[in-house]
Amino acid sequence: MDLEVNGRTYKLEGDPERNLLGVLRDELDLTGSKYGCGEGQCGACTVLIAGAPVRSCITPLRVAAAKAITTIEGLASNGNLHPLQQAFLDADAFQCGYCTPGMIMSAAGLLAKSANPATPQITRAMHGNVCRCGTYPKIIAAVRLAAAAMKRGTHA
Amino acid sequence: MLEPERYELFSGPAYQFTPDRRDFFKILGGGIVVLLMLPDQAASQESGVSARTGGGTGLPKAAAAWMHIGEDGIVKFFTGKVEVGQNSRTALTQAVAEELHTPVESIEMVMGDTDLTPFDMGTFGSRTTPTMAPQLRRVAISAREWLLDLAAEQWRADSATLKIDNGRVQGPSGKTASFGELTKGKNLVKEVGAGPVSKPRGESVPKVNGRAMVTGHHPYTPDIKRSGMLHGRILRPSAFDAKLTSIDATGVAKFPGVQVVRDGNFVGIVGPEAHTLPRALAAIHAEWKTEPQPGSKDLFAYLRPAAPPPAAPGTLEATYNIAYIAHVPLEPRAAVAEWAAGRLTVWTGTQRPFGVRTELAQAFQIPESQVRVIVPDTGSGYGGKHTGECAIEAARLAKAAGKPVKLVWTREEEFTWAYFRPAGVIDIRSATGKDGIITNWEFHNYNSGGSGIETPYEIAHKQIQFHAVKSPLRQGSYRGLAATANHFARESHMDDMARAAEIDPLEFRYRNLKDPRMHAVLEAAAKQFGWGKSKPKPNHGFGIACGFEKGGYVASCAEVAVDPGTKRIKLERVVTAFECGAIVNPEHLTNQVEGAVVMGIGGALFEALEFEDGKILNGKLSRYRVPRFSDLPKLETILIDRKDLDSAGAGETPIVALAPSTGNAIFNAVGVRLRTLPMVLPGTKT
Repeated sequence: MDLEVNGRTYKLEGDPERNLLGVLRDELDLTGSKYGCGEGQCGACTVLIAGAPVRSCITPLRVAAAKAITTIEGLASNGNLHPLQQAFLDADAFQCGYCTPGMIMSAAGLLAKSANPATPQITRAMHGNVCRCGTYPKIIAAVRLAAAAMKRGTHA
Repeated sequence: MLEPERYELFSGPAYQFTPDRRDFFKILGGGIVVLLMLPDQAASQESGVSARTGGGTGLPKAAAAWMHIGEDGIVKFFTGKVEVGQNSRTALTQAVAEELHTPVESIEMVMGDTDLTPFDMGTFGSRTTPTMAPQLRRVAISAREWLLDLAAEQWRADSATLKIDNGRVQGPSGKTASFGELTKGKNLVKEVGAGPVSKPRGESVPKVNGRAMVTGHHPYTPDIKRSGMLHGRILRPSAFDAKLTSIDATGVAKFPGVQVVRDGNFVGIVGPEAHTLPRALAAIHAEWKTEPQPGSKDLFAYLRPAAPPPAAPGTLEATYNIAYIAHVPLEPRAAVAEWAAGRLTVWTGTQRPFGVRTELAQAFQIPESQVRVIVPDTGSGYGGKHTGECAIEAARLAKAAGKPVKLVWTREEEFTWAYFRPAGVIDIRSATGKDGIITNWEFHNYNSGGSGIETPYEIAHKQIQFHAVKSPLRQGSYRGLAATANHFARESHMDDMARAAEIDPLEFRYRNLKDPRMHAVLEAAAKQFGWGKSKPKPNHGFGIACGFEKGGYVASCAEVAVDPGTKRIKLERVVTAFECGAIVNPEHLTNQVEGAVVMGIGGALFEALEFEDGKILNGKLSRYRVPRFSDLPKLETILIDRKDLDSAGAGETPIVALAPSTGNAIFNAVGVRLRTLPMVLPGTKT
């Protein structure tokens, strides 16, 4: 089975039903995507498959095979942070940071679909991502900040 | 001082010895070391709680903090505190950078490593800012003065004419020296004691390791990988206190490389692939003997079986109930354990690295010197990660396997085998004079705890008591401890008393308060909210509440909306005024206040553990609702900066006024007083 992650192709064998999150973390050493609940309820494991945010903890490997997968590790390019990553830093949009990769990937999926989402739209799109530290207001601010930066085209 | 309700804590080790001076240079290399020696922290923190040797007067001294400047000029500070999302790493780095006149980026803060950092009781009770920050400042001031002396010696100058600017020592004639040039070839240790420090500048410095978090590169415990490492899983009993009566693990044989580890009631498996372990675990057939246990349905009657005797006429009485809730840290308990030559190293997310070291040493009957606990910056705790269950389990598996083992608890395990915020029953009786002055106050808390139990109001006759009860569930610390429960009961009751006296709830509080700091937060919150200026819309309500805990003052004004059809309650707006002395980092303080308020929404409106006969019935995120984006009210936070006062911690206190201000707003909206946390209106459609 071929798995294409962050532009790199990996040859994988074994059970095609095992979940994508475990493959990324334990087999490919891409530990940026986090385990939080194992039932697609917290969003900490979010990755993009063909540009759409997906909960990798409930996604079987076979579903992800041969599709372009982007994880948090693949978001920056040539050492330049993605505007969302920069915006999370600028807005101080985290406390413990454990939910942050999933938050950023969900937001990346949203911004790919909708360049300038209003707050209610962000709230709806991010409803499946839990920040137990309660940093929600700052995360909304960060997503808006990133949308503005991407609109100005200030990113690479 | 430990609150007695921190049930999960053991007492610390009896003695703490400062490492031999030569050891510093063996471990850290040459250079200079500043040691802050204070009366033994362990002994003084524990005094009055447990009978330990060395308590009372004449406490032995122990190192509370230290720093090292290497011959390469690298500056490292060492503290036993840990970073669990409260931004202490940034706050502490900021504090020492200010004193050392050095950029924040040039400082490495080594935290929570029992081999490298001084002993610390743990990161809890909002003590990092008031205690550890001034201690590290003291160390940084001494280091600065020492560096100036070293430069003065080298340049034959008066040290009073020298200064440090942007991490370099500056001489009068344009001479400069890096720290490394001054510490080269040195092997010097200096001891300092307590002394005056500067107040924080109060700047918003960004999170020092923020970049690693937004790129996914920060290694939390579950992300750590060791050479030859195996993965582990534990076979859990069918209920709390269940005894294993029989086990058949032959089914595991069909999973290559998976090994069963059995030691009494402890059964676990290890294997090279994490994804095969759940199925291998399911192949074990075990029988458990269980006993009937109290459940959540009859919980409050169990906690306080006998109703109080009849009250005197003219008394306002009420009973409040508090459910058990879970911390739900997004990073569940996790540990990586490795044995080498009889010595155990464990990476784990805990708020008490030294406490977990003690637990490990006791569990394996080895000296504490043979155990090292390292705490990577952790995916939160909220008081829920004081204990070492997962560390002990991982270490037991690793010992049997002869290889490093990683164990990450599932969410269901975290919901079941961690500990919970105590449930409780609170009875209040009060009397108020015609002038709106409270004359009598009787307050009994069963089981939930004593934090925040004292009333901040001036009352002539008070009887306030905490009653310990045998808890049906394992319980322990939670952000704010019982202050949330006690404030919920007290501040809800304050509103009922104000209404009975026909006085506005804010005015009623003012009339019974003397503390100017409490008055100030109430006034600030009320002004921002526009208290008394307008009437709520239909099905909306306004509520106010205030509180004091751990050196901080908080007042919240809430607006709720109740859906007339579904009866569902939505918080629309929360104004919080908070004062905790001098502000260290306004941005991060706002985050702590808002985070506490958002976390408080869960306990106020929907979080409650359901259990029966030793089983948790809703132990997963799909069955246990935590606050999400859509629950977010409009948040307005007012920080009152008291530069003239010492800084208190801020991680806990802002949570305490949320539930009662919400309850008071619900009453204002629909005329129903909800006296049970979480607050759910009768007939709510979910």
